[in-house]
Amino acid sequence: MYFSIVKNAKIFFSITIIFLLIGIGSMFTRGFNLGIDFTGGTIMDLEFTNPASINQVREVLKEHDLGNSVIQLGTSDATASESKSVLIRTGVISDDERRVVMEDMKSKVGDYSVLRVEQVGATVGNELVQQAVIAIVLSWVLMIIYITIRFEFKFAIAAIIALIIDVLVTLSWFSLAKMEMDSSFVAALLTVVGYSVNGTIVVFDRIRENLKRHRRSESLGDMVDNSIWQTMARSLYTVATSLVAVIAIFLFGGETIHNFSFAMMVGFGSGAYTSTLLAGPMWSFFKEHSEPQGKIQSKTKVV
Amino acid sequence: MRYDNMTKFFVLIIAIIGAFAFFIKPLSNSIKQGLDLQGGTHVVLQAIETPDAKVDDDALNRSVKIIERRVNELGLTEPVIQRQGKDRIIVELPGVKDPEKAIAMLGRTAMLEFKDMSGKTVMTGKDLKDAKAQAAQSGQAVVTLDFSDEGGKKFATLTSQNIGKQIAILLDGEVLTSPVVQEAITGGHAQISGSRNMEEAEHLAILLRSGSLPVKIEVMENRTVGPTLGQDSKDKSIKAFGIGIAGIFIFMILFYRVSGLIADIILLLYVLLVLAAMKGLNATLTLPGIAGIILSVGMAVDANVLIFERFKEEVKTGKTLRSAMDAGFSRAFVTILDSNVTTLMAAVVLFYLGVGPIKGFAVTLAIGVLISMFTAVTVTRFTMRSLLGSNITTNPAWFGAKAPDKEVAK
Repeated sequence: MYFSIVKNAKIFFSITIIFLLIGIGSMFTRGFNLGIDFTGGTIMDLEFTNPASINQVREVLKEHDLGNSVIQLGTSDATASESKSVLIRTGVISDDERRVVMEDMKSKVGDYSVLRVEQVGATVGNELVQQAVIAIVLSWVLMIIYITIRFEFKFAIAAIIALIIDVLVTLSWFSLAKMEMDSSFVAALLTVVGYSVNGTIVVFDRIRENLKRHRRSESLGDMVDNSIWQTMARSLYTVATSLVAVIAIFLFGGETIHNFSFAMMVGFGSGAYTSTLLAGPMWSFFKEHSEPQGKIQSKTKVV
Repeated sequence: MRYDNMTKFFVLIIAIIGAFAFFIKPLSNSIKQGLDLQGGTHVVLQAIETPDAKVDDDALNRSVKIIERRVNELGLTEPVIQRQGKDRIIVELPGVKDPEKAIAMLGRTAMLEFKDMSGKTVMTGKDLKDAKAQAAQSGQAVVTLDFSDEGGKKFATLTSQNIGKQIAILLDGEVLTSPVVQEAITGGHAQISGSRNMEEAEHLAILLRSGSLPVKIEVMENRTVGPTLGQDSKDKSIKAFGIGIAGIFIFMILFYRVSGLIADIILLLYVLLVLAAMKGLNATLTLPGIAGIILSVGMAVDANVLIFERFKEEVKTGKTLRSAMDAGFSRAFVTILDSNVTTLMAAVVLFYLGVGPIKGFAVTLAIGVLISMFTAVTVTRFTMRSLLGSNITTNPAWFGAKAPDKEVAK
């Protein structure tokens, strides 16, 4: 006999709730490490011809009242005091101000080539948050509609709760790990949503199929358990292959898409967890508490 | 053994591997690359309302035209100038050599004025017909102005009335040059000296030719990727791609043996088709876009996993390999359809709400999902049928499956 996921659902929900409480607590106390896409500001990633020290760079920034800027040396040696590659992050400044700072940097610190410059105004951040919220909620609404049409409303609600958990888990990790959020985070989050619902639907699809053959002698919970275990190999294999892909991007794809792949890594993990361990029990809970057992078969729309 | 099926099978497999080896490089190189891969500048300009200049539809459209003219003079391949919303303009300058100067030039109002000693504005940029950068006889870089008929007359009057006095030529309120008039100039031409070098003179000429902006424009957002970082990103993503794909391939072979290997080979076809579709749609390949492709390979595998798991289940119930494979495909199809439609919905939302590289990611994700439905289902089914039809083996272990304990499989 298999381990019953439905009967032990309380354990999984407790674990989830405890993690989310820690995560949400962290969101309120530690907050997020928001990148300039959200806060506005400027990043100058420069490659100097000769190594430059933090002090040299800081001196130039101080002359422009930007002394509190963040300066990172692009070297793996933590004790190094100078490096050719230097990343400077300032608050919101105008394009003209930035140009003056960079010209000064050239004349006072040394010649460099630009690896990357990003400059974002203060207003863009709010728009981005707004857009992100709209995008995610819109995707949820579309999915509720689709699942309701193809399955039934209770499946849709269970799936969406699983998705909300995935989004919260991903946000929690970003707050706990202090990973920087940029505009690509929104894309990663939506991919997580698409990926996780994908897994949930595979489980629900099996429940839908087994419902057709569902006998009264078998309890609803057992049927859901069977459905989850019948699809378990698929769930594990798929998360394995997708995680291999994401981890490869995370490890070898370079600094620029590090945060993007991190979001997907934790999101995919969470997606696999919620679709196998939480979504099915949730549906069975809704089902049992909304109508008497005997009617289930006749009332469920089978596609 | 059935040789016709076996031939079909091997021809297909060899054709896919051959096509991949032959086309992958030229195909991926021919796709348009985003600024994050080839280097370049992405700028968002914002029109600012001032007491003298209102930001309205007409003003913004005229600004777009003028900025377009300025950008076109830079001689870049495929720059983008796009109006966004009611007061913004997006400009993309791929491979621009000196982004700083280019950006500075885009947002300049470029209002040209000719003033007499009393400070009265006699002429403006509207009286110009053309402006060109030239090397004067002394070797100094100058900008020669060509006036319109009316402008020529105004200039003649201005110079004839100010012989022996200074006049000033100003750009955006800054004095460019303030020569002393020697004699009346009636030919309809004039020269502005004072440019430090030829490049500066060239930029000034471009600004004057393109006309002045009707509203004040500020740089709201600027994302510049230098060519070194672009190349670095490209190299790294190719590496990540190779490692990610290799990992997926190994997993599939471990899980499903021969079926896994076949799925892997068909994934090569999948990657080719995704790239071909991107080229066909003239889509741009960005860094997140490459991540999207790697990811979509991971997800394309999902369809095969669903099918092969079904196949294993069917084999367990005692079906022959061939009928189990057919049942696996038809049963798994509904699941694949439902799960892929939801992923597609996320991609569509992303496409409509995202900008720049994120849009590129949404496009690759959507293309990937659609093509994987074709390769993972149709092509794999055809290949597996040919293989099983050739009767090379009836041993389920080849496919990572197990027959029921009773000997039923035949």
